[in-house]
Amino acid sequence: MQILRSLLFRLASTAVTLVGVAVIVFFVIRVVPGDPIAMMLPPGATEEDIARLTALYGLDKSIPEQFFIWAGGVLQGDFGTSITARRPVLDLVLGRLPATLELSIMALVIAVILGGVAALTGTRERGTKVEAGIDVANGMALSVPDFLWALILILLFGVAWPVFHISGRVTPSLDLPFVTNFYLFESLLRLRFDLWADIVSHMFMPALALAIPLAAIIGQLLKQSLKETMHLDYVTLSRTKGYGENHVIIREALPNAILPTLTLVGVQFTFLIGGTVIIERLFSYEGLGNMAIDAVINRDLPLIQGIVILFAVIFTVVNLVVDLTYALLNPRLRHA
Amino acid sequence: MSYLKISNLTVNIAGTSARLLRDVSLNVEAGEVHGLVGESGAGKSMIGKAVLGTLPRAIEIVSGAIELDGTDLLKLSPAEHRKRLGQSCALIPQDPLTALNPSRRIGPQITDRLTDILGWDTKHARERAAELLDEVQIPDPQRVLCSYPHELSGGMRQRILIASAFAAEPKLIVADEPTTALDVTVQKQILKLIKDMQQRHNTALLFVTHDLGVVSKICQSLSVLYAGMVVEATDVRSFFREPAHAYSRALLAATPKYTDPEASLTPVPEEVIAAVRAEVEAADQRLRHG
Repeated sequence: MQILRSLLFRLASTAVTLVGVAVIVFFVIRVVPGDPIAMMLPPGATEEDIARLTALYGLDKSIPEQFFIWAGGVLQGDFGTSITARRPVLDLVLGRLPATLELSIMALVIAVILGGVAALTGTRERGTKVEAGIDVANGMALSVPDFLWALILILLFGVAWPVFHISGRVTPSLDLPFVTNFYLFESLLRLRFDLWADIVSHMFMPALALAIPLAAIIGQLLKQSLKETMHLDYVTLSRTKGYGENHVIIREALPNAILPTLTLVGVQFTFLIGGTVIIERLFSYEGLGNMAIDAVINRDLPLIQGIVILFAVIFTVVNLVVDLTYALLNPRLRHA
Repeated sequence: MSYLKISNLTVNIAGTSARLLRDVSLNVEAGEVHGLVGESGAGKSMIGKAVLGTLPRAIEIVSGAIELDGTDLLKLSPAEHRKRLGQSCALIPQDPLTALNPSRRIGPQITDRLTDILGWDTKHARERAAELLDEVQIPDPQRVLCSYPHELSGGMRQRILIASAFAAEPKLIVADEPTTALDVTVQKQILKLIKDMQQRHNTALLFVTHDLGVVSKICQSLSVLYAGMVVEATDVRSFFREPAHAYSRALLAATPKYTDPEASLTPVPEEVIAAVRAEVEAADQRLRHG
């Protein structure tokens, strides 16, 4: 009952957030300079042509009026038509969403594995040179932003020692039997490991670039809270029962130490999704982020609005999932 | 023959000459309760930690032996050491509020040693845990076994920790100020419970406390510590009748008495401190040259 009520509250506040995002985006992209109609017409178009096209896209009406027309459509599932692609925004955006989701989730998995291993090793070897080494590596990983990691990775593993693909999502000459755009998952489900390997080889570099800073944050925070937990009485008590260091760290300390890290990973994961915009561009990866940049360059107003709303939905869903996981892991919250 | 025999144990902060224990020797017979008393920082808990192998990493054992039933624990490999301790020793910790893992149910926290270290089957271990909770007078053991620590009171949690300590029928239990963190009213019950359990299971107990009143109620013998050095080791009766060391006498004089609270709160006199400090210096000299 309690859970249901707090869930309903969350959904209501999510709706308010999304409305706010929609209003801000809608007005801001119309107020800043830049005219989508001017981008579409060849030089030397007549006044008449411009007026006709402006009316066609409804841009001759006042901004509030445009907003209510657009919002009315959104409520019925119609996000408008892309000015440049001349296709429904919803189709375009949902078509690209799987690529970005797969990339973000792969980056998250890599970050959790790298950060987790760093934190556990650092805790086990606390006070030694190994821990100092991990701290230095963490500091380096954290002080370089993801797009610079992307350039470094392109130079290292794409140019100097070309072991990974650094452009696109899949080798274009391959014949794709997929019905969804979740290439990574679908290739696994269809047991097409040849395709899967090709897709992973394309995704690994951008995913790693996104993952490195997050891995450093996870490694640092988790190690810190693990080390604090290692001093607690229940950990000592577990030692006196005859358990070794690995067991004590993983079974006694980790379940309690992981909670603050989890909250932070939720927040950082949304930043990571934001980071896909530039990373996808650098690797010519056909995801939402790449599409967002094109949409901004072309002043494709309906498409920009659709992408921003979708990002906002993703952010709120991620936060909701984090809160639910937190409650699941912490017995003190489960009953409250 | 002593069950626990500590001989000439010296402990330093790692990499320095700062001594935390100086040439400590003490014996605990099987089934005996041995008190460790002294002021804060005298090294009482340090001895317990050394026995249970839970000294912090920054602290190193410089010399000495800790023999358990004739085997020197310090000569065992870390894995053997842990196994040996898991089989024959246990700890009753000081603070029941922090000694149970908040994210695990009570049941597995009692039975994990039995199943993982001693190889019992789960069902048997579970029955044993329920029996023990019954023995420490916890009502409705089955429900408590499925509870999380935050659902139970401090007194209940200390009873659970006592039950857990006795679960594997250890020969030696280190009780590290087990009543200090509890309400005065609960303290007395817990102390009586520990004493009853100790007698029923015939377990040797190394009882760390700063409370001489507790010592008189539960211990048969005791060691008085000052600055990591044993200044007097004797049986309880002669200690309270005629303490041999000046510092022991001063400690006894400093214990509040209900009959005359004002007069009995005497601080340890300066000259006694000076004398015992001189002994500590002499011990340091011996350790340096020996």
